[in-house]
Amino acid sequence: MTVSGWSLWSRRAAKKMSETTPVKNDGPAVTQATQVKKAAPKSDYKPADVSPQRRVQRSFAIRLWSIRHSRLLEWFYARFADTFLLLHPLWKGLGYGRVEAPIKFVEKRVKGFMFDCRMCGQCILSSTGMSCPMNCPKQLRNGPCGGVRANGNCEVEPDMPCVWVKAWEGSKNMVNSDKILTVQKPVDQSLRETSAWLRVTAQAAAAREAAAAPKTGAAA
Amino acid sequence: MIGHQRDENPAGIHLPLDPLPGHTSRGRLERVLRRGEFAVTTELNPPDSADPEDVYNRAKIFDGWVDAINAVDASGANCHMSSVGICALLTRMGYAPIMQIACRDKNRIAIQGDVLGGAAMGVANMLCLTGDGVQAGDQPGAKPVFDLDSMSLLETCRIMRDNGKFLSGRKLTTPPQLFLGAAVNPFAPPFDFRPIHLGKKIAAGAQFVQTQYCFDVPMFRTFMQKARDLGHTEKVFVLCGVGPLASAKTAKWIRSNVPGIHIPDAIIKRLEGAQDQKKEGKQLCTDIINEVKEIPGVAGIHVMAYRQEEYVAEIVDESGVLKGRQPWKREIRRDDQMVADRLDHILHDDITETQVDMVKTAH
Repeated sequence: MTVSGWSLWSRRAAKKMSETTPVKNDGPAVTQATQVKKAAPKSDYKPADVSPQRRVQRSFAIRLWSIRHSRLLEWFYARFADTFLLLHPLWKGLGYGRVEAPIKFVEKRVKGFMFDCRMCGQCILSSTGMSCPMNCPKQLRNGPCGGVRANGNCEVEPDMPCVWVKAWEGSKNMVNSDKILTVQKPVDQSLRETSAWLRVTAQAAAAREAAAAPKTGAAA
Repeated sequence: MIGHQRDENPAGIHLPLDPLPGHTSRGRLERVLRRGEFAVTTELNPPDSADPEDVYNRAKIFDGWVDAINAVDASGANCHMSSVGICALLTRMGYAPIMQIACRDKNRIAIQGDVLGGAAMGVANMLCLTGDGVQAGDQPGAKPVFDLDSMSLLETCRIMRDNGKFLSGRKLTTPPQLFLGAAVNPFAPPFDFRPIHLGKKIAAGAQFVQTQYCFDVPMFRTFMQKARDLGHTEKVFVLCGVGPLASAKTAKWIRSNVPGIHIPDAIIKRLEGAQDQKKEGKQLCTDIINEVKEIPGVAGIHVMAYRQEEYVAEIVDESGVLKGRQPWKREIRRDDQMVADRLDHILHDDITETQVDMVKTAH
């Protein structure tokens, strides 16, 4: 919930209801959302009452393990990125376009298993304590919203620990723990379902080449 | 001749104020805060109607008691008149609205358009919010957008203002002049991250922040202490959110149904023990204001009195935070008053005026 966003509007509706129907006098008892749900037509098929995003997701036990071991994963990720960069000539030789499909296949499954990755294509795990921010129902990439419950769970998913509470815990374990302070740019939606590994590698290689050949002109 | 009020454009109340050095907007709220005066803001309950009078009437009860009025953007994900619409009406009447922008319903294309549109209408203050999830509101089947988050929204507005560019880099012919706000909630976990998070918002462009309802003053004090230690209070004006609770029952309901609002047991006990709970709720709010106004770094209060808007004036008056200062008040201009009186006379007084009579009385 945001500052102004405390949704007492529903109270008005609740009051109206209690005026017309003799509900147990428990004051304003239900939210507007509850009323909407109650008014829905009855049916035998009742899916679990979670947001659509959660329906495509398993339990988050492994994700939480990754956050607890954020320091180890940070170290591993750095080595991994170096290896990928070493292989840059290989990727280039084969063609980044040609290796994209198999690399993405592996990346999607590995990161999906470890972090519940959503393939936004612009991975910032190292800045968020190895807690994937795309698992936040609001997909916040810069910190928690104001609606975090007192027990540290999500406002939208009452049984899920807040992605950003976990991110803060994870980042405290990490060497580069101040990376969480960077203000992240909005997600570039056009990069969805692309490989972040290859993108980072290609960018690092380009930066390395630019640094290796400075001021020789015609660098464009 | 009636002299115009402080912070009012003599050429017309609906016009922006003269630019001042060091100010990024041409609005009243920034002037009040930068002068070091204790600011008071409040929130307008948005009508479920297409009648402009509903907005004017709801704004009228704050006259002379607040420096700016928040125009909420479908708060709680419930559908109401849009914040842009409310701002259009309020700026016409000379009020200083704070336009809330929530990321829930609009993508970056729509938001940047609204920022320009709002600024063109004379909105000087914009409050950048993430917005509640759609599941909380009356239309849970809506598509949650969340294209930007509050932080990137702040940065987008700052880029538009300072660099004169859209997020894409395309140039603006006239950049919006804005005083940028954000929301903070010191009362939700992770508590030790919240002051750091505030720093992040400042880095993204926040110039003032409004907090969530403060019912736990010691907790707020700890937050402010940390914010001061980090040097944030020199870079941002903190307005503490306060509001009256109607009863102990309401307080309990809020606590269990509205995430992000923290109400300690002591508060509920105090309300339960009172003869007149509504009165006690108001008194409690005044007491909290009196405590928070003394905390160093607090630049003002944000009074949220949902469906108790008539109490805002009393609460502000009783707490004495204005110290005798009267915020801008909508006054009827003298020529308008003469026309109104004359019309009233012609329409309601039983008179038969002929031109001959008028000539006679004129002599």
